[in-house]
Amino acid sequence: MNARSFLPSASTRLAVHARRLGAVVVLALLAGCATAPGGNPKDPFESFNRSVFRFNDGVDTAVLRPAATAYRRVLPSPVRTGVGNFFGNLGDVWNFANSVLQLRLQASAENLMRLNVNTLFGLGGLLDIATEAGIDRHNEDFGQTLGRWGVPPGPYLVIPLLGPSTVRDASVLPIDRIGDPLTYVDGGLVAGSLAVLRVVDTRSNFLRAGQLLDDAALDKYTFTRDAYLQRRASDVYDGNPPENGE
Amino acid sequence: MNLSLQRRGFGRFALASVLLVGAVMTGMKPAHAADEAPDALVKRLSTDVLETIKADTSIKSGDVQKIMVLVDSKIMPNVNFQRMTASAVGPAWRQATPDQKTRLQNEFKTLLVRSYAGALDQVSDQSVIVRPFRGSADDKEVLIRTEVRGQGDPVQLDYRLEKTPGDGAGWKVYNINVLGVWLVDTYRSQFAEEINSKGIEGLIAALVARNKTNGARR
Repeated sequence: MNARSFLPSASTRLAVHARRLGAVVVLALLAGCATAPGGNPKDPFESFNRSVFRFNDGVDTAVLRPAATAYRRVLPSPVRTGVGNFFGNLGDVWNFANSVLQLRLQASAENLMRLNVNTLFGLGGLLDIATEAGIDRHNEDFGQTLGRWGVPPGPYLVIPLLGPSTVRDASVLPIDRIGDPLTYVDGGLVAGSLAVLRVVDTRSNFLRAGQLLDDAALDKYTFTRDAYLQRRASDVYDGNPPENGE
Repeated sequence: MNLSLQRRGFGRFALASVLLVGAVMTGMKPAHAADEAPDALVKRLSTDVLETIKADTSIKSGDVQKIMVLVDSKIMPNVNFQRMTASAVGPAWRQATPDQKTRLQNEFKTLLVRSYAGALDQVSDQSVIVRPFRGSADDKEVLIRTEVRGQGDPVQLDYRLEKTPGDGAGWKVYNINVLGVWLVDTYRSQFAEEINSKGIEGLIAALVARNKTNGARR
């Protein structure tokens, strides 16, 4: 009976996460009721999403973009490549698991091969030998796995700090966390620093894309949403979505 | 299988002959442009453009005027930009006056060129691989899929092309897909937002304003 309190915090964290997510969805539903007719049918929570988008954009401008810019300026390119490769290699664990769940044989084989080659011969993932050898990464997550088996994405949802998502993909984030090796790193400080490093490194790869978005969009929110939903649909079909019109 | 091999073989043959003709008569249009298969066209065009960018440091550093010359001379002749703009504008296109249509196309083109100009310094050692063509020879509209390969993960770049009616007019691109995202489709809702609140003139004004801000930064 007392065993519960001795359990590691992972399950508690999951529960907190799920509860927070539940709150987000409820809020979104409430906001959705206020959405004016004539909006995008894939985005019934638009007014809620827009305010989260503004919040995320503010955080990005104030914290993330400056951090990523400094990171890019301070660290030489080979080091950043190593960091990116390292986290990419960790990510291949979950990519492999999901390609198996999707019964994509070639993708599974290639992801597993990548993981082995890069971990064993690429200094624990710092070098991406696999890509150079022509073994491409197949990015798969649990949302895509559900999509593969017919679960529709549901309404578009912008999550605080995490950004664009859909109800389907947001609801399985706790499962994606299980597949994230960083979840299992003990010691708050190490795990925390690694998580921050990963976020900053990821953002630093999108600095130019962010600039492009600023330049190319008439409405950044709509541009991001429409691009994101298309990209996710394409990901579910591994880049070969059924053809439609234009 | 056999058929696709043949087609690929033909594509390569067509590409080789086009390159040869192009090399011999520089500046002249190949006499049999209509016979060029769409995948060969995409291969020739993307390789040509990529090599031009690689060879020109001022284009790589984002010199908009030089990029515009490249776009106008090499890309636009193979693009149905009116169809792209019309499709992005949606039903309101039919109500636009000819003058508005021209201005919409010009501003949309400037927007695209200006936004992507800044990304060209990323061009280094990439090459384009055209994936096997899945359509049939007498299709009026085809999908050509390519991959841009350099360092890191390959970038998916697909094109939709239409056959221009008549002989010798060849194929023209009317939509581009970058990493699973169709360019024209991504602008449709944004354009609709402007049109719904401020009409066609409002959309043109918004494009002009955006181009002005982008131009001031460079």
